[in-house]
This record gives sequence, C-alpha cells and structure tokens, in this order.
Amino acid sequence: MTPAAVGSARTGPAATSSSAPPNRPSSVRPHRRRWGRTARWAGWLWVLPAMIMYAVFVLRPLALTVQYSFYDWNGIGVARWAGLDNYLTVFTDSDLLKIISNAFVLIIFFSLIPVALGLLVASLVRRITAGPFGTVVRTILFLPQVIPLVAAGIAWSWLLSSNGLVNQALRAVGLGGLARAWLGDFDTALPSVGVIGAWVLLGLCTILLVTGMSKIDPALYEAARIDGAGPVREFFAVTLPSLRNEIGVCLTVTVIAALASFDIVYISTSGGPGLQTTVPGLEIYRLAFSQRQVGLASALAVVLMLLVLACVLPIQRLTREGKE
Amino acid sequence: MNLSRSERLTGRVFLIALVLVTLLPFVSMLSAALQPRGTVPTGLAWPSDPQWGNFVDAFTAANMAALLRSSLLIVVGVVPVSVVIATMAGFGLGHLRVPGGRFAFGLLLLGLTLPFEAVITPIYYQMRDFGLLNTRWAIILPLIALYMPFGVFWMRAHFSNVPTELSEAARMDGSSTWQLFWRIQVPLARPAIASLTILLFLWTWNQFLLAIVLVDDATKRTMAGALGAFQGQWGTDLVLLCAGSLLILTPTLIVFLIFQRQFIKALLQGSLKG
Repeated sequence: MTPAAVGSARTGPAATSSSAPPNRPSSVRPHRRRWGRTARWAGWLWVLPAMIMYAVFVLRPLALTVQYSFYDWNGIGVARWAGLDNYLTVFTDSDLLKIISNAFVLIIFFSLIPVALGLLVASLVRRITAGPFGTVVRTILFLPQVIPLVAAGIAWSWLLSSNGLVNQALRAVGLGGLARAWLGDFDTALPSVGVIGAWVLLGLCTILLVTGMSKIDPALYEAARIDGAGPVREFFAVTLPSLRNEIGVCLTVTVIAALASFDIVYISTSGGPGLQTTVPGLEIYRLAFSQRQVGLASALAVVLMLLVLACVLPIQRLTREGKE
Repeated sequence: MNLSRSERLTGRVFLIALVLVTLLPFVSMLSAALQPRGTVPTGLAWPSDPQWGNFVDAFTAANMAALLRSSLLIVVGVVPVSVVIATMAGFGLGHLRVPGGRFAFGLLLLGLTLPFEAVITPIYYQMRDFGLLNTRWAIILPLIALYMPFGVFWMRAHFSNVPTELSEAARMDGSSTWQLFWRIQVPLARPAIASLTILLFLWTWNQFLLAIVLVDDATKRTMAGALGAFQGQWGTDLVLLCAGSLLILTPTLIVFLIFQRQFIKALLQGSLKG
C-alpha cells in the first residue's frame, strides 16, 4: 500500500461521506490486523448463502451422480452395486461410443466453422464501424444468442424440411436433385444439426474476434507490410497471435456448447434418424427418464463432464499463457 | 488501417452475407406464419393475403398469457436472489478474503464448465423427495445454485480489483462491513451487477432442460420449456407452430432491442471472463 493510493482513495465516496482523520499507512495496518481474525471469519457470513445453495443443489447432486454411476438402479426399486460395469458399458457399447463420437463431430460445426469464418471476417473487416451500420450489424449478429435455442431448433427444422427454404433455393438453381428432408436423412442429419449450431454461434464468435481485432495496434500491420509480408503472412504473423485470447474464449464457449448440446437436438431431430444425431446430453436424459437406467445415465454423465474438462483445460492453458 | 479497397469490400460482403444468413430463419418463419391455416407453406413466399390473425390463434393456443406470467415468476424467483447472494459471496471472497476462501472458490470453479445434464438426474430425485416436482420451485432453486459458479466468479473478479484502501478509509469512519458493502461497494459494482443481471435473466428465460425434466405442466415452465411443449402439440400445424414460436420469441426480442447495448456488452464480457 502506498501513501499515494491512500490519498487517491480518499477522493472516493468513502472520504466524501465524512471527513476522515488523516490516515498514514502505518496507522492503517495494525488497525486492520486487530480487526483481523474474528472479523475475517465473520466474512464467511457473506459467502455462506451462495455456498449453501451451491452445496445443496450442485455439489450434492454431483456427488450423487458419481454414486449412482456405480449402481444398477431403475429409480424406484433397490439399487444393486455394479462396480465399474456402467463405465465398461459406456466405453464398449457401440451405440454409446457412436453417441459420444457424434458430440465430437459437432465440435467441427459448433467450434471450428464459427471460429474460422469469424477469423476470416475479422481479418477483412478489422473493425465494425461505430456508426448506425455497425450497430445494426452487431445487433443482428447477436440475435441467435438471445433467442432460446429451442426457437432456433424450430426455425431450422422448418428451413431444412422437405418444403423448406433450403430445398426451395436448391430447386431454384437447378439442384433440385439434392433436395431432401435434411434432418431426416441418415447421411445429412448430423451435419444439418451442426449447421444449426454454427448459425447460433457464428455471430458471437465474429463479434468477439472483430472486437479483439480492433484492439491490435495498426503499427504492427504497417511493420509487417514494410517487411514485405502479404495478407497471408500478415494473418499468421500478426492477427493470429494477437487474437490468441479471443480465439481461446470462442473455442471454450463453443466446445462446451457442442459437447453438452441438448436443446437443439431434442427439438430438431430427437436424436434420429436411428442414433445419427443422438448426443450424450440427450442420451443421459433418455436413459434416466425413459429407460430408467439411472446408473448407466450417471456413468455417461460423469464421462461427459470429464470430456468437457479434458477439452476445455488444454484450450485454456494454450491460449491464456501470455496473460497470467 | 491500410487495407486495400478490394479487401475491404470483400470484408463488407462477407459481413452482409452473415447478416442475411442470420436473418433468414426469422423471415422464413414469418412467411410461413402468415399463410392461411391448413395450407402447406413452402420456403419463402410472401402470402398474397397475409393472415395476421394466425398470431391471435397462436396466442390462444399457446396460452401465452399464462406462459408469460410463469416465466416472469421464475425470473423473479431466480435472478434477484442469485445476483444478491453471488455479489455477497464475490465480496467475501474477493474483498474480505475470508480464510479458506481459496478452497471455496476452487469448489465453485469446478462448476464453471459443468454441463447441466451431469446433475439433472439427482436433482430430479432430490426435488421429488422435497415434494417440489411440478412446481416452479423445482426450476428456481437448482437454477440459483447452478448460476453460483459464474455469478461468484464474475463478482469476485470485480471486487478483487477494488482497491482495499477504499474500505479501509470507510472503516476509519467507523462503518460496519454491512454499511461498507451496501453504501460503498455495491454502488461501485453497479456495472458488473447490471451485466450479471442481464445474463441471468436471459439464461433463465431460455432455460430448457430443467423445465422439461422437472415440470410437466407447460404453463408452469420457462418460455423455452413451454415452446418445447408447444412444438410437441402443434408440430404438424406448421403455420401455427411458426406463429407461436415467433410470439414466444417476441418478449425476449423486445427486451433485447431496448437494452441491446448493455446486452451485447454483457454477453461479450460474459464470454470473455467465463
């Protein structure tokens, strides 16, 4: 603590409320320490309401999920100890493995496409103008973030249906042969669900990246130009490293959205046709509440949670290094 | 900025294309919603005789008045409590630096990436044991708790940056911690609190999983949950489904357009910190 800091603090609301005695740093410290012990424990009263809620409605259920995962239980009768059987099923059952791999396919659409397109737009636009054009663009690109995912699912189910806009457009340009019920077709269902996710997340990623872009010092680009760098080298030498933090944020948010997806899939395909679009979130819901296999659902839930961590932690580590 | 003209133009074109793609689903839904009932609409075709009455039908069919009331009740139950207790905890952990605070914060961080699906099953049985299934409490209580990791993280980040000298000066004046919190810290934290409020409102309004698992009666759900039920009921009547979906979207859109500046700021900051 420096005297200057104390001085500046006195200009704040604290000092204006009444005339504080002149406080030198040396007089503050012991006071604080005397106030210390009991008062610092009393500080827990501030933290407690949040922690109690969290313990009762998150930590306890989390512990129970782990506990259930070791049992065979239909939710009503007596639970039977199953050891690691449920986990064994998760990692060997071909259906469940397919379901988990579906979630990873969705990462391509939910994460890679929005980030790649966002980077492209960001490096070309560099900053969205401050004027009305910029405001309108920003507002519109944020719309998918504001509406419920369920609504996005309904809207896109309609666009991708047999009579929907996508097929109408294909027929209009003479590609009617490609027209189909995109969400009902075995080959196109999962990518179609992916497109819905890409639509939801594209605007957010673009705005985040363009905002990050506008903070880059233009001098860096001038220096690169003087060194004779073309647009491509400029992108890799200046843009990409400078946006590391923003890219990390986009990837974190979108990877979680892909792995833990539920709403969009539930509404647009309910996991079909077959298991083509079933994702872990949906399967947990189905196992727990329709098929009454609570143990297996819980094991899948634990695996899903660990998968999210296993994907997000490296992203955070790689992209935050410079900052902390 | 020494972008060449052609590059800048390409950028603009991409941006406008992005805007159009973003808007298309809404426009397509509107065009379907205005077709005469009972017809099979195609993609995008402006109806010769727009049936605005479909929205009235959808309003009745979806029981919109009840849905709005239910969503509002849930938001009122969740958001103020969450914001207050998250702010208090953020203050305790970030500013008072309580002993063992690092441990508590570590526990909370654990929940930051937690998919709701991972805890939904035990929450269901817990709510059943509490006798709260099919009441709005079944959505309200777990949601408050599930927001704590982000809420506390957010508010702690704010309070860690407030210079301690400020509170020391207040303490010299003889303020209690309670006064310090309400008179000095909370007013200073207003921007952070406003952003948190906006985000929690949005997430609550749009919450789907908890609503469909814990509450059967659509009129006791959140908007998103009710929309799910509406689709189940009217899924085959595309005209009415589109009209109903647009109606259910409208309140959020209105709130968004009014507070768009704050919304965008909150969403950007929210994802940057989260």
